[in-house]
Amino acid sequence: MGLFQKLKAGLQKTHSKLVHEIKRIVTGSPRLTGTTLAELEAALIGADLGFAMTTQIVAAVKHAYETQGGAGPDVFAIAEAEVARSLAANEPALKRAANGVTVVSVVGVNGTGKTTTCAKLAHLIQDRGETAVLAACDTFRAAAIEQLQLWGERLGVPVVAGAYHADPAAVAHDAITAAHSRGAQFLFVDTAGRLHTKSNLMKELQKVHRVMGKKLPGAPHEVLLVLDATTGMNAINQAREFHKAVTLTGLVVTKLDGTSKAGMVVAIQKELGLPIKFIGVGEQPDDLQPFDAGQFATALFSEKG
Amino acid sequence: MFDSLSSKLQNVFRNLRGLGRISESNVADSLRDVRMALLDADVNFKVARDFVERVKAKAIGQQVIQSIQPGQQIIKLIHDELVELLGAENAGLDLAGASVSLMMVGLHGSGKTTSSGKLARLLQKQGRAPLLVAADVYRPAAMDQLETLGKQLDLPVFVKRGETDVVRIGREALAFAEANQRNVLIFDTAGRLQIDEPLVQELVRLREVVQPREILLVLDAATGQEAVNVATHFDQALHITGAILTKLDGDARGGAALSFKSVVGKPIKFMGVGEKLEDFEPFHPERMAQRILGMGDVVSLVEKAAETVDAEEAKRLEEKMRKGQFTLEDFLAQLRQMRSMGPLENLVGMLPGGGDMLKNADLSKSEKEFRRMEGLICAMTPLERRNPQIMNARRRLRIATGSGVKVSELNNLLQRFGQMQQMMKKMGKFQKMLGRMGGAPPPGLFRR
Repeated sequence: MGLFQKLKAGLQKTHSKLVHEIKRIVTGSPRLTGTTLAELEAALIGADLGFAMTTQIVAAVKHAYETQGGAGPDVFAIAEAEVARSLAANEPALKRAANGVTVVSVVGVNGTGKTTTCAKLAHLIQDRGETAVLAACDTFRAAAIEQLQLWGERLGVPVVAGAYHADPAAVAHDAITAAHSRGAQFLFVDTAGRLHTKSNLMKELQKVHRVMGKKLPGAPHEVLLVLDATTGMNAINQAREFHKAVTLTGLVVTKLDGTSKAGMVVAIQKELGLPIKFIGVGEQPDDLQPFDAGQFATALFSEKG
Repeated sequence: MFDSLSSKLQNVFRNLRGLGRISESNVADSLRDVRMALLDADVNFKVARDFVERVKAKAIGQQVIQSIQPGQQIIKLIHDELVELLGAENAGLDLAGASVSLMMVGLHGSGKTTSSGKLARLLQKQGRAPLLVAADVYRPAAMDQLETLGKQLDLPVFVKRGETDVVRIGREALAFAEANQRNVLIFDTAGRLQIDEPLVQELVRLREVVQPREILLVLDAATGQEAVNVATHFDQALHITGAILTKLDGDARGGAALSFKSVVGKPIKFMGVGEKLEDFEPFHPERMAQRILGMGDVVSLVEKAAETVDAEEAKRLEEKMRKGQFTLEDFLAQLRQMRSMGPLENLVGMLPGGGDMLKNADLSKSEKEFRRMEGLICAMTPLERRNPQIMNARRRLRIATGSGVKVSELNNLLQRFGQMQQMMKKMGKFQKMLGRMGGAPPPGLFRR
């Protein structure tokens, strides 16, 4: 950067600050006090939005608050609107294949609730009067297949399973065949939990998807990453790495019935533009709700102090 | 593990190291960066604030500003504070007495069942007779999971299918243990939210029946700000005695670990570092702090090596290296030893600055390269391994064809081996020189 440019950039900053200040005086807006700012910052960071995202939102809120006039909404209302706006461009419904069975692959790290989410999704489809098939592709963790099978029995949904330590891609392949022959509209593939840092396991996941794509062009139509609401900033790494490996189409945030706010999805949305499709709010089959940006933002700032 | 935090802090330190003297504003700047790094690492914001305040109070004092190497001093301060935050020393389990019970509690999916299995394996290795008790009556197939783990470990598992009363399970498990001479009972309880009062009360009732010596909170290393709430609530209801930190083999920044001890005041006792049952280690705050600061976990690495490497053999190799008599045969032995220590990514992560390296290097590729090297050396005759200089074009062609690679690759290996030998000779001389000067090795940061 040359000296002139530097000077210009510096002046630009002063200029916009000046304009902002004049606007503030003209509109008679209150100035944001240090304590309110600190409170807002604490609320955002406490909700796991992360430092970078928090700084951005605080700056935007500050700007909006100080130029809105004396009778405008309070700081937290602006912040809420800001968060809701950044999450708004969403399409919560599940995509559908043009014809035949729609394959939904459910992926994520260990213990986020993939199996439960699969079961809940199947329940949701059944409630709509359509039929679903579950595929137990977690052939690694002890009793993972039994867990899905028990869900299948409970819900009356057929479960396609292989043996433990079988190739998950083979199970997925068979599941597509089974879903076809049953004339099911949806197939939910429950994959094994894997840390996004294990390259061999990520490759295994890619293989599962590749095999499904060969068996049924276009499959999987949806790839949903399941995120635990209690996860902090690592969720961004998880989303980034899974997206790199298998191209995600959406997120499911689970365990939102606790006190955690899952603010990290704001940063994920910002970086990767992945829509949040569903949220899990309990252990019962119907505790899966479509995502609502407004509600989410409200919850983010509730009971915080 | 803790890679991101390490690299962030390393940046801060790089700046500090470059400074001859530290002014108040310098310290403040760096400490703001430290606070940011901690927040990004999911350290609870109150904990991070206190941490930074403490360091600041110590840093802006006479001792730092007047010392010769202020940068080093600050690093030491931050390190000491981190160690304090993580708990001063490793705390084992309290297992005194004829028969004791342990309770595993935590949120859903934090790894209670897997950790129960891992803990049982560890206790069995220590000569105890553990009994796994399936006390998760909610999650489908949770009992099957524990039973499978028990089978893998060849350990008894107390399972009562269809029973929904946890207290009754507790009572019967105690009787079963007495009848079958099991002296450590590990209760694998169901995952629950800390605010789910009825379920938490169920744990309180179970505690009253089994009178556990230890109640361990199983905590996912990737937990965010919520870690503090989880820990405080469980502690208030149950008086937990410690924690197990799980999934540390990922790249979670580990703020949960930093927050836990300072908020609850109980030690972190173990850590889970993989999906296999043997991937379970005692938690060492000192090492963890060094690791966070990018100083590398040298102690763990040495211990790991000691487990797998024959000490005599290592000594012989070292001697050879110093004298520059290191042959391809020794190289092969070393390659194999390294591989028996586990995947490369785990090892490199333990080295100073390794976290940084790991980010840029595709280790699966180097792992493959190691295998190729091994193949190449295996295709050589013992004579060739000892005297690489006799490998003429014909011999080289034979070796390359025998191991299925191009001759250029073999040439490459030999060239690199030559360079390595040169370096080792130099290092040997350097060490001798240091010895003559009577100085210990340079004061490494990794040994406090």
